[in-house]
Amino acid sequence: MPRIAVFIVQRLVKAVFVVLAIAVFNFFLVHAAPGDPAQVMAGEAGAADAQFVEQLRQQFGLDQPLTTQLATYMGKVVQADLGYSYRQQRPVLGLLLERLPVTLSLTLTAFLLALAGGVLLGTLAAMRSGTWSDTAITVVGLTAYATPIFWIGLMLILLFSVNLGWLPAFGTETIGAGLTGIDAVLDRMKHLVLPVTTLALFYMAVYTRLTRASILEVRDMDFVKTARAKGLPEWRIVSVHILRNAILPVITVAGFQAGHLIGGSILIETVFALPGIGRLAFEAVLQRDYQVLLGIFLLTSVVVVLFNLLTDLIYSLVDPRIEVAR
Amino acid sequence: MNAAFWRAYARNKGAVIGLAFLALVILLAVLADVLFPDSPWDMTTAPFQPPLSEGAPLGSDTLGRDIAAGIAHGARVSLLIGLTSTAVAVLIGVLLGAVAGFHGGWVDDAVMRFTELFQTIPNFVLAVVLVAIFTPSLASIVLAIAIVSWPPLARLARGEFLSLRNREFVQAAVTTGQSNLTIIVRQILPNSLSPIIVSASLMVATAILLESSLSFLGLGDPNLMSWGYMVGAARTVIRQAWWMSFFPGVAILLTVLALNLVGEGLNDALNPKLARKGRA
Amino acid sequence: MMTGVPLLDVRDLTIALPAGAERPYAVENLSFTLERGEILCVVGESGSGKSMTAHAVMGLLPKAVRVASGAIRLKGADVLSLPEPEQRELRGSRVAMIFQEPMTALNPLMRVGDQIDEVLRYHTTLDRAARRARVVELLASVGLPEPDLLRRSYPFRLSGGQRQRVMIAMALALEPDVLIADEPTTALDVTTQKQILDLIREIQATREMAVMFITHDFGVVAEIAHRVAVMQHGRLVEIGPALDVLTRPQHPYTRQLIAAVPHLIEHRDDDLAERKPVLTALGVNKTFHVGGGLFRRGRHVVAGDDISLTIHQGETVGLVGESGSGKSTLGRSIVGLIRPDAGRILFEGVDLLSLSRSRFRPYRRHLQMVFQDPYASLNPRHKVGDIITQGPVAFGADRHAAMQKARDLLKLVGLDASAVDRFPHEFSGGQRQRISIARALALEPKLLIADEPVSALDVSVQAQVLDLLEDLRHRLSLSMLFITHDLRVAAQICDTIAVMQKGRIVEIGPARQVFGDPRHAYTRSLLDAIPGKAWTQPHTAPEDQRQRDGMTHG
Repeated sequence: MPRIAVFIVQRLVKAVFVVLAIAVFNFFLVHAAPGDPAQVMAGEAGAADAQFVEQLRQQFGLDQPLTTQLATYMGKVVQADLGYSYRQQRPVLGLLLERLPVTLSLTLTAFLLALAGGVLLGTLAAMRSGTWSDTAITVVGLTAYATPIFWIGLMLILLFSVNLGWLPAFGTETIGAGLTGIDAVLDRMKHLVLPVTTLALFYMAVYTRLTRASILEVRDMDFVKTARAKGLPEWRIVSVHILRNAILPVITVAGFQAGHLIGGSILIETVFALPGIGRLAFEAVLQRDYQVLLGIFLLTSVVVVLFNLLTDLIYSLVDPRIEVAR
Repeated sequence: MNAAFWRAYARNKGAVIGLAFLALVILLAVLADVLFPDSPWDMTTAPFQPPLSEGAPLGSDTLGRDIAAGIAHGARVSLLIGLTSTAVAVLIGVLLGAVAGFHGGWVDDAVMRFTELFQTIPNFVLAVVLVAIFTPSLASIVLAIAIVSWPPLARLARGEFLSLRNREFVQAAVTTGQSNLTIIVRQILPNSLSPIIVSASLMVATAILLESSLSFLGLGDPNLMSWGYMVGAARTVIRQAWWMSFFPGVAILLTVLALNLVGEGLNDALNPKLARKGRA
Repeated sequence: MMTGVPLLDVRDLTIALPAGAERPYAVENLSFTLERGEILCVVGESGSGKSMTAHAVMGLLPKAVRVASGAIRLKGADVLSLPEPEQRELRGSRVAMIFQEPMTALNPLMRVGDQIDEVLRYHTTLDRAARRARVVELLASVGLPEPDLLRRSYPFRLSGGQRQRVMIAMALALEPDVLIADEPTTALDVTTQKQILDLIREIQATREMAVMFITHDFGVVAEIAHRVAVMQHGRLVEIGPALDVLTRPQHPYTRQLIAAVPHLIEHRDDDLAERKPVLTALGVNKTFHVGGGLFRRGRHVVAGDDISLTIHQGETVGLVGESGSGKSTLGRSIVGLIRPDAGRILFEGVDLLSLSRSRFRPYRRHLQMVFQDPYASLNPRHKVGDIITQGPVAFGADRHAAMQKARDLLKLVGLDASAVDRFPHEFSGGQRQRISIARALALEPKLLIADEPVSALDVSVQAQVLDLLEDLRHRLSLSMLFITHDLRVAAQICDTIAVMQKGRIVEIGPARQVFGDPRHAYTRSLLDAIPGKAWTQPHTAPEDQRQRDGMTHG
């Protein structure tokens, strides 16, 4: 079997273990919560319906010993049965999958924007380290890093939507406008500008910092001196020798953090009223719909695991020292 | 913390500004009852008053509560939660990391797998789930933040202990007959404190951000007026009353920024005197 | 060889250090020339400015350091006054440089062949095919096997010696007039060092290149230099033909340096057979498993393969080997830092390896160790007094009494008793090693294990610490296990020598015999590889000896 296939299989097996471990954790959360597990699972709305609660008790075997309950629960997880939301009157999984695309498009776009912007600014700051532009970038970065995401969102709405009227404040599309084709696409994009920017700002600050530090460190390494001793032009030294080596750790850290942007989407989607998983989490909190919350917890963890896998793969392809593909 | 340390710290201007502002926030928190004797939940004036109004220097909210009072009392909440949750996280993280790093072998593997698991879980989602399930209260918030924040500290402590365990002066301590406990306390710990302290100070900042985010979503302790809650409560009326969300947000921003600056300053000042490697 | 304008002419070069450095100038009024077809060795200890000079010639000085005055003329033209683009033209094509650490000097993400190709691409107009052919040719010319295959390798796949050869090939790509070598063999094993020195010598001879070779090792100087320049504290103190400087050194500093080089054959005691054995190792085995995981097989490193030897009362046994020979394993097994897989270590009739950790503890007093790295072997946050007394206190001694003893010990190792209240960072490397020795002596051990105790020190300081160890050994009737990679050091201080290769002892015997009449092929190759073995060191005149002893303890 080719080395890379072995690598993927190894990592997938590990990923499955992680997901199962999280499911177990889920299970214990329900039982650790105050009150009757059946009522916890039913949620605030469902708990009022005695018949529903009894049904749940049967389904999950909540009067059985703990180990049997765990087995039942794990069995359901493996079959992708994440429970039923009484409030929404539908299975949790379907609900989540319906909302996932919005969240993913928000998160991925923000991630790519943050990475591109961060690397660019970080490189600029490092190349001009000590000058006012470096200081400026660092200070702005520090401030962005200290600002709560939800507040940035609100302030951006205030500025660009309320005061300037350039961009829409809520939703994914202008309701009732009946737009088609390219206009519809543009409309959707306009609606994503503020949310994506908000989510990206925070992480852009992180990546700027990371890139800058990495470049400064690589710049002092021996092989850069060798490149200079060879009489190579400065631009080649920077692009091939410094940047290529400096970007590597940034990609790894960023990649492993990518999954966590999903947590930020809870806040963004709440502020901008986007119909994604984050917003669903907010509603589930308000409605005490615990099955939905736990389902979101499990699903987002799976997303993170997949992201990590992807990052691992990319990193192993880019760094020849990792003995996988070559 | 001697004179040399303060001199090194003072070299970083940002760090000094940060420390000064932090002192201000602490002062505000301590004097909140003196400056604003009424509870921030009291409706002391007319609602929707803009800033610089009579009786509401920073304006009032939808129910007529004084924003300035909210900010002063909110300082207490933020600092309290930030500090306690960080303390708990440090305790858990350093303990686990030290055990893993010092013992090595399968203990290290087990602890690392466990830490990795926690790091894979998106921490804000977990915090939301934890607080929601255990009903929002000061205790549940502090615990939730701590549970979500300890992994990086464990990694750090483990790294330090691992590298120090193999350092020659620790090996010398072994050969001269010091017991394991003495070695950990007298040899390793003093040399690993600096990065842990720096990390902890930066963690207080993150904890405050986490707490404000939770409160924004309505998961704060219902008895405590926190800055996040104030912004959350003002979300729907942002068009009419920008000041309700503006000032509390600025308070969060400045406090977190100050803490970050202090953390950086500590990092620069506490950097161990790295010996020159090479010939005498 | 004076043919008009010298190839490289350095005149009154003065390099200024930034404010706050230990001295105002790294190099002061330095003048020397370098001719076509000669190897000039620039010798000096750390801080002498030799490396700075090399960097200045290449135009690679760090930003904070500037040339204050002077000229560097290459074929008559002052390099320092040229604009940067023209300086860059010269770099790599007329003047080339190779560095000390082969491990870090190559870009880890670029194939080796591409890194050589770069030089050709940016200095010549050759097309890709022509460049590739030249790269293969260059790799072959430096003795690398399968050059067409090797050029596609990444640096991490090559050994230290191979990487250094790649560096040399890269430097020679454009047939430069001058090659500057900044301690290129210091980080290599002695056998690899020999190969690289031979290579440089051969290349230099065939191409009639001028080579400026920087080193701290007089053995290397004896091996390859045509001319020698000696630097101290940024100044040139002596310069002349190699034969003259090596056999009739004029300047007192040169004499000191030469006197400090350990002599190859020394007078040793011969009556060891009658002495009692203090420690006997029998069949010690240890294999390390590196890099294994759940799904991946790791490598096995055999660090100890049936090691057996005996240390007698008052004897110094040397354990000599290159890196990876496992020489540290036995030492660490004796003091309990490593647990061997099999074997016995008998001390006073007891097999130490059969004891549990708590039952082993009382024996720790008798078996003490001095470590290699003077900067890592002392806790930076403890005062020297606390460091020295930590052992006695751990065994229940009274603090006051122990501290008094610590003061005595400091005097014994040649330091002032007031050191008890100071911190390690206030002392130099050599002084720290003395503190390390004092710590080891605090428990009054019977056996001292010295694990490369002088490898990290400058040559002149090495000699002092070695003298100290010899002196202490006699005074306190200590037995010593001396671990080192440097045969010359071993020759100076050891009675018996055991040579190790890949975890096995391949030869063991009295020092005189191992050096004079080596039996095993590996021993012979090690001895053969010692640079400058043909050089008979000049007899140290009495005043130099006194000067060496009276030098401020470093």
